[in-house]
Amino acid sequence: MTEPSAQAANAPSLTGTSAYNHSEPITFIRQLRYAGVAMLLAFGLSMPLLALKLSQDISNHLIVEQRFLLLASAMLIAFACGLRWRLFGLRSQWPAEALYLVLSALLLFFLIRAFHGLGSLFEATLDKGGSEFLIALGLLACGTALQSALAYALHVERDRWAAALPAMPEGLAARFGGHCAKHANTGALVALVAFPFLMLALTGTAGAIKWVDNFGVQILIYIMLGWGLNIVVGLAGLLDLGYVAFYAVGAYAYALIATQVIPATFPALGVWAFWICLPIAGLLAALWGVILGFPVLRLKGDYLAIVTLAFGEIIRLVLVNWTEVTKGDTGIQTPRITFFGLPFASATGDRTFGEVFGLSGSPTIYRSIFLYFVILALALLTAYTTNRLRRLPVGRAWEALREDEIACRSLGIDTTSTKLTAFAIGAGFGGFAGAFFAARQGFINPKSFEFIESATILALVVLGGMGSLLGVALSAFAVIGGTELLRELDWLKSIFGPTFDPAQYRMLIFGAAMIAMMIWKPRGLISEREPSIFLKERKAVSGTLVKEGHG
Amino acid sequence: MMFRVPKTPPGAPLLIVEHMTMRFGGLIAINDLSFTAKAGEITALIGPNGAGKTTVFNCITGFYKPTSGRMALIKGTHDPAQIVATTRLGGRWSPGATQPQTPGVFLLERMPDYEIAAKARVARTFQNIRLFPGMTVLENLVVAQHNQLMQAAGWFTGLFGAASYKAAERQAVEKAATWLDKIGLTARADDAAGALPYGAQRRLEIVRAMCTEPVLLCLDEPAAGLNPRESAELNALLRAIRQDSGVSILLIEHDMSVVMEISDHVVVLEYGTKISDGTPEHVRNDPKVIAAYLGVEDEEVGIRDQGPGIRG
Repeated sequence: MTEPSAQAANAPSLTGTSAYNHSEPITFIRQLRYAGVAMLLAFGLSMPLLALKLSQDISNHLIVEQRFLLLASAMLIAFACGLRWRLFGLRSQWPAEALYLVLSALLLFFLIRAFHGLGSLFEATLDKGGSEFLIALGLLACGTALQSALAYALHVERDRWAAALPAMPEGLAARFGGHCAKHANTGALVALVAFPFLMLALTGTAGAIKWVDNFGVQILIYIMLGWGLNIVVGLAGLLDLGYVAFYAVGAYAYALIATQVIPATFPALGVWAFWICLPIAGLLAALWGVILGFPVLRLKGDYLAIVTLAFGEIIRLVLVNWTEVTKGDTGIQTPRITFFGLPFASATGDRTFGEVFGLSGSPTIYRSIFLYFVILALALLTAYTTNRLRRLPVGRAWEALREDEIACRSLGIDTTSTKLTAFAIGAGFGGFAGAFFAARQGFINPKSFEFIESATILALVVLGGMGSLLGVALSAFAVIGGTELLRELDWLKSIFGPTFDPAQYRMLIFGAAMIAMMIWKPRGLISEREPSIFLKERKAVSGTLVKEGHG
Repeated sequence: MMFRVPKTPPGAPLLIVEHMTMRFGGLIAINDLSFTAKAGEITALIGPNGAGKTTVFNCITGFYKPTSGRMALIKGTHDPAQIVATTRLGGRWSPGATQPQTPGVFLLERMPDYEIAAKARVARTFQNIRLFPGMTVLENLVVAQHNQLMQAAGWFTGLFGAASYKAAERQAVEKAATWLDKIGLTARADDAAGALPYGAQRRLEIVRAMCTEPVLLCLDEPAAGLNPRESAELNALLRAIRQDSGVSILLIEHDMSVVMEISDHVVVLEYGTKISDGTPEHVRNDPKVIAAYLGVEDEEVGIRDQGPGIRG
């Protein structure tokens, strides 16, 4: 494939817009012609394989099955793709063009063939819900064509439009954009605070428990974990594959102190267990962060990653095997969170939250909403702290460390303590999240702290764009929320048959999304870096210049 | 925050390197090197490729630990007895040397790299520029003032927006802006350092080192890769730095126009051994240097052609 810029440099610019440097002016008729050729090619290549299928009937006779609708949709896709490639590709020479058409047709052909061979899923699709599938394909093709036409109109005909329209809309758009950006934080905060009540109003008690707890709380836990790890990986550039260890330390600190220490010493404080343990869990996790930090200070890159990975596993294995204390895989029943000492449900007849505030009904929904606000507050605390730290010398030193450790030392920055603070603070937030997790679940065992959790949290940070709080939040929203959302797609069963369970495709979709991200947005959703200080104007730093850090 | 007092008076010894030897396995990179850099002067370290100049720098700035030898950085007046006493005591510096107002001596070979920069106040630049490319020009200069800002922020009191930290930060930005003015990069203060042209990156790296308020600035080939115009700008910058801030400069350079023009004192290395030491005039006329480094006279070519001389 040729480099577009190289070709763009050769071809004279005729249309006036930078992206379209064709040797001939683009006309819509020409687009149609090219797309038509693509369609014919697709017809020629896929006709024998798609349109006709040999199969056996009940009496073992060979019969020819006709699937012209499938062929038609293949041609439609080829048509759309041809139109699209002609519009977006910067190819000005016909051999490249022809190669493109052939390649696209071939690609399509193989795709359809591969799908066809995928087995039960698509067999079932073609037999049972085949028509819906084909309609979907046709719609996709039409959509692509429409999009191409729109892009054509927007880009190629832009000058004509621009002449016809006054400059006002652009200015308005810019002002509107600026306005949105300015109030985005406030808006997001209002939306987050309103979310549980909105859900309660919209879906009733049962629905709200699901949306607030499964979605809201779950996503916020991962946002908080992502933000915590972001300090270590995104800011300080230390690749940590064992972050879940600190989450586990926090969770077990809460579980053990609340079930063993407090009943043995001050049983009266039992209802306050979560609020007492929260800071202790954070501090303990931070201490473990330092304990991990010391031996790995000299390590870089892959070696650091492996040792942190091992550390995560060691913690988990200790939790599994130290049965006298942790009860191993059996796990520990943890006391539920209380509303500042007021339990939501009580087996012993204590006054509960509902009684005091005169709220009837299931205590679960009140607890869920309260949990939601607790984790929201914890996550906001993490974001606030991270933002402040970035503007402090220690935060700037973290980022400088990620950029160039040797330069840091030449400027008199003690890289040892800088790394240790990053480990400790990142771990501390993991510990907070762990204590919250234990209080929310009411039960913990080592199964919750396996390597896949570390990998997921790291994926959130990488997908979001290392160092970007908004990016990590967005990716947590997409990955965790998306995973939960797959459970809600029961209507897909009407298309793909009753055995189809979209949640089973979680990892497949996750993997595909990862690959797509690595191709199109290798530095994450938000790769730009916000400078921590500015002289005249705040300009985001392009992600291509920002280093990823190697330990 | 101004330069630390007491300052070493101009012309007095600032850095005394004695019998420095650096071995990498069987290779002797530096062999029994002794020289003195004086306060307020520009000392150039020259020599053919592979002579060990950068190794000397790495030893002085603590990135390498010399196999043997002593490197004493003098604060205040030079007192040979104090150097001996400190060496005997086994400390990294003479008692009280890190306190302001107290004269003293730092034994660089005993200090880790970041301490040499933070306490003894030796700053350096690198042969291959080491900026923080993803941080803005201004951020690069603010990071360089890390230790001063750390004192103002404490570890975490700055978290709550303490006024003292805000003032210190404003001061740091002002200092950065002053330096940016000097190198003509004010307009690009908010751009990423990695996006600057090469010559500007070189100047920025020097200024970043200056923001640590050093007493000795070690520049490793600052003119490498610069065109003649940028080279001249660099000369002017180095002169201005010496004049305005009185900082002493230790310089590795291949560009003889830079070396001969601005340095007060030249040390010549060849294969890790010092072959000449003196004023630029002296070095320029030293037959050993001419033979080893600058090239030999035409009529001598016939005789010396077989020798190990490297002609410039």
